[in-house]
Amino acid sequence: MEYIIIIISAILVNNVVLAQFLGVCPFLGVSNKVSTALGMTGAVTFVIVIATTVTYLIQIFLLNRLGIAFMQTITFILVIAALVQMVEIILKKVSQPLYQALGIFLPLITTNCAVLGVTILVIKKNFNLLQGVVYGASISLGFGLALIIMAGIREQLDLADVPEGMKGVPVSLITAGILALAFMGFSGIVR
Amino acid sequence: MNQLQNFTKGFIKENPILVLVLGTCPTLATTSSALNGMGMGLATTFVLIGSNVVISLLAPVIPDKVRIPAFIVVIASFVTVVDLLMQAYVPSLYQTLGIFIPLIVVNCIVLGRAEAFASKNTVLSSFIDGIGMGLGFTLALGILGSFREVAGSGSIFGFKFIKGDGILVFILAPGAFIALGYLIALVNRIKKN
Repeated sequence: MEYIIIIISAILVNNVVLAQFLGVCPFLGVSNKVSTALGMTGAVTFVIVIATTVTYLIQIFLLNRLGIAFMQTITFILVIAALVQMVEIILKKVSQPLYQALGIFLPLITTNCAVLGVTILVIKKNFNLLQGVVYGASISLGFGLALIIMAGIREQLDLADVPEGMKGVPVSLITAGILALAFMGFSGIVR
Repeated sequence: MNQLQNFTKGFIKENPILVLVLGTCPTLATTSSALNGMGMGLATTFVLIGSNVVISLLAPVIPDKVRIPAFIVVIASFVTVVDLLMQAYVPSLYQTLGIFIPLIVVNCIVLGRAEAFASKNTVLSSFIDGIGMGLGFTLALGILGSFREVAGSGSIFGFKFIKGDGILVFILAPGAFIALGYLIALVNRIKKN
């Protein structure tokens, strides 16, 4: 039950992009086409799940044990950057098709604040390892859901007659606002 | 380019949020009131100035291949300093901004200025660039925060001037997206004329 609450809360109620404002840059950047949105979602899910596991273990067994919890920010960002590089190298060796699909999105992920955000939130919320991984995976699914809906809308928006000054970023932001309004309807499902 | 131009370019011409559209996450998340927005802006300004100065000093020594990780370490150190200082001296603001303080590390503006400006320029111009860009960021956050506070709760910097609530949606998440969208559209319009 506890896990179901975490999942529903992370995907729908507190959607990572539309309610928590994490990962807005890639949300605006790669939501032009549904296919790229799918690729980005795959890469983000992959990295977030691995990153939450690794940073959780580092926090518990290294930072807390040595009493240097204030090093959290520096350690986590370096771990994530190294991890992204490593995932890229391993994918290239092990699975060429997966690398082809996710490859170009991987370097972008280091600066995706959703990844660092999730790893810090897992520690802040005092989750255990399994809860943390479930939370990370649900956050990525929520990110993917928002990204894919947005990509679908933007593909249609290309055909619409948008006023000159509103083209590009402004109209995307306003669309995202209306989407966020729709997602607010889910609040109250879980406390 | 003289130093004055270097200082003022971040305000309008190359405003990080309104023109370059970088660092949208903290912009949307922390502008539910004017004070929060400006607090976030000033914290980022501090990190920008510090990292710009240190990176412009270290740039000749850092090998080209590892420059991005090296820049990130410098930035993360300054973020940790800000994090601890704010926790000690402005605990209530620290509570409201929450996770977005450590997330200054991944703010594209800071790394962007390090890579595009500080690594190629002198210490003095990097310092001025840091102040200018930081204040431009703070200005944009202040405008957005003031608008959302006035519309959403009928107050400005905490002083209430109407009874009851405003248009609540502007304090909530959707209002952030919509307000920023119209603000950027307005800037586009002004730039055109």
